[in-house]
Amino acid sequence: MATRTIGRYALLTFCAVVVFLPIYVAVVIAIQPAARVVDFPGVLLPKSLTLEPFRNAMRSGNLGRYLVNSGVVTAFIVGGQVITSILAAYAFAFVQFPFKRVVFTLFLATLMVPAEATIVANYETIQHFGWLDSYQALVMPFLATAFGTFLIRQAFLGVPQDLRDASALDGYGHWGFLRGVAVPLARPAIAAFTVFSFLLAWNQYLWPLLVTNDDAHRTVQIGLKSLAGANVANLNLPAAGAVIAGLPIFFLLLFFQRHLVRGLTSGAVKG
Amino acid sequence: MASVAFEHVTKRFGDVVAVEDLDLHVDDREFLVLLGPSGCGKSTALRMIAGLEEPTEGAIRIGEHRVDGVDPKDRDLAMVFQSYALYPHKSVRQNIEFPLRSRKVPPAERTQLVQDAAGQLGLSTLLDRKPRELSGGQRQRVALARAIVRRPAVFLMDEPLSNLDANMRTATRAELVELHQRLGTTFVYVTHDQVEAMTMATRVAVMSEGSLQQLGVPQEVYDRPANVFVAQFIGSPPMNVVPGPVAAPLGVGRDDVVVGIRPEHLMIGTAGISAIVRVVESLGHERHVLCEADGHRLIVRCPAHGDAPVEGDAVHLSARPEHLHLFDASSGQRVA
Ligand SMILES: Nc1ncnc2c1ncn2[C@@H]1O[C@H](COP(=O)(O)OP(=O)(O)OP(=O)(O)O)[C@@H](O)[C@H]1O
Ligand SMILES: [Mg+2]
Repeated sequence: MATRTIGRYALLTFCAVVVFLPIYVAVVIAIQPAARVVDFPGVLLPKSLTLEPFRNAMRSGNLGRYLVNSGVVTAFIVGGQVITSILAAYAFAFVQFPFKRVVFTLFLATLMVPAEATIVANYETIQHFGWLDSYQALVMPFLATAFGTFLIRQAFLGVPQDLRDASALDGYGHWGFLRGVAVPLARPAIAAFTVFSFLLAWNQYLWPLLVTNDDAHRTVQIGLKSLAGANVANLNLPAAGAVIAGLPIFFLLLFFQRHLVRGLTSGAVKG
Repeated sequence: MASVAFEHVTKRFGDVVAVEDLDLHVDDREFLVLLGPSGCGKSTALRMIAGLEEPTEGAIRIGEHRVDGVDPKDRDLAMVFQSYALYPHKSVRQNIEFPLRSRKVPPAERTQLVQDAAGQLGLSTLLDRKPRELSGGQRQRVALARAIVRRPAVFLMDEPLSNLDANMRTATRAELVELHQRLGTTFVYVTHDQVEAMTMATRVAVMSEGSLQQLGVPQEVYDRPANVFVAQFIGSPPMNVVPGPVAAPLGVGRDDVVVGIRPEHLMIGTAGISAIVRVVESLGHERHVLCEADGHRLIVRCPAHGDAPVEGDAVHLSARPEHLHLFDASSGQRVA
């Protein structure tokens, strides 16, 4: 075997360890009694297994409610972002209108503005609407994104002009072409963006912390933080909570993996 | 069933004049071939019929109606693209039925029509494949099937054979002619290949740099090219064109003309234009003798077998008077 291949595998192995070690630590801590957790590094090789921490985390941390909140908020954010990004991307890719370039550049420029810079202004707007402690407060500021628009626009630009023309002759206007041709062909990019959008929405911390105070609207990441604060002695509770909060992402990746991999390879070979 | 007419149509893209003052009437049921070199505006002309481009000036009629501003889908025509433009994510069946779906054809009828179209083009066993699982020839048939499935009044084809190999192209040419006869609809067919034009067209429209050069049945265009461009564009090898004085030994007594002679009409003998043989090419079924006279190149078409000159021979080239084409030296237009 060539040294290059060995080197490549060594690098991949190292990266895999770096990525998986924290996950492994969280999982093994979460499945052992609290007493064992202080025994570091012995805890990393579990001798017994208990599901008690998961039960306790759900009960004492009120995680069930938080998970539902996060689910609702994430679903609306992801749905909203995907829809607005597809529509905006379509306009930028296929529709001619005055000052298109300028508008698009301005749109992209918003990517340069860090979220922290807008947070105060957004907070005041939300407060002005009287939306503090509501789902709207958690969802509304995130319904459009320049990143998704850009990503999907690039995919749309890869759709050959001939297909646009063919669908016009086949009797389709903008909607028919969007639904029947453009979106299916851009599916890999849309899938990748969906995953990205989900991760960002699900893992939000600062904004939900600012705009929510009651359990009815708090999201799971904030729940985890308070779970950790309240259980300094029982580290296995926050660990179990983190594992629970990570499960949706795990299943999401599992589900989208097929699309993501296909997205990276399809179109590599002309034909 | 419909005729198609360009009425003094000009199309500009910024400073580029793609089509200039095109005036052309395509009769109902005609197989009209738009022929011309790359960039002469053939595709642009076709796309204007389709409604994918709007004329800058002039009007287009389909049947009795002016179609300015009419959507492509309301023009009752179908188009086969050079790239075939199949939807890569749809199966052959879905590709063919896509134009029917938009027109709300009921499912049962749709299935029947798709089967008919697929059957006519020998695609019945391929209906569940994706375009990427088909050969080039099969893809081309799917594109045709998608065009014929809803029986439009006019078919537009933009170099549909250019991605096929030589054998497939010959076979498909004949099939297209047959398809045209069977459907009895108007075809407007774009190509830069003069063989396609000669073999399939009921009439050819030769274009150059955006303008129509000549319109006529293929044999007439071949026999009496309207100008030097058409003379040299149609025919393989192309027509020999020499200045009047060079052709003086053939009895051309004018200096203000250029003289065209088809390679098959030049004879090697003892009288006529004196020339030196430079190259002899054998094509198997015939030989091309490339000669040089007074710095001008002349090609003579000879039988594959029998005596032929060899490189370096001094020869005389002659042609019968009725085989000489005279064009005005400055305008290039035919004078006799
Ligand atoms: N959308 C466009 N914008 C600008 N110029 C264009 C456009 N479409 C065509 N042209 C120009 O118009 C001229 C004619 O183009 P057209 O595509 O009609 O040529 P063609 O005869 O079909 O050539 P080919 O055989 O290479 O397909 C060319 O000079 C081309 O560059
Ligand atoms: Mg073209």
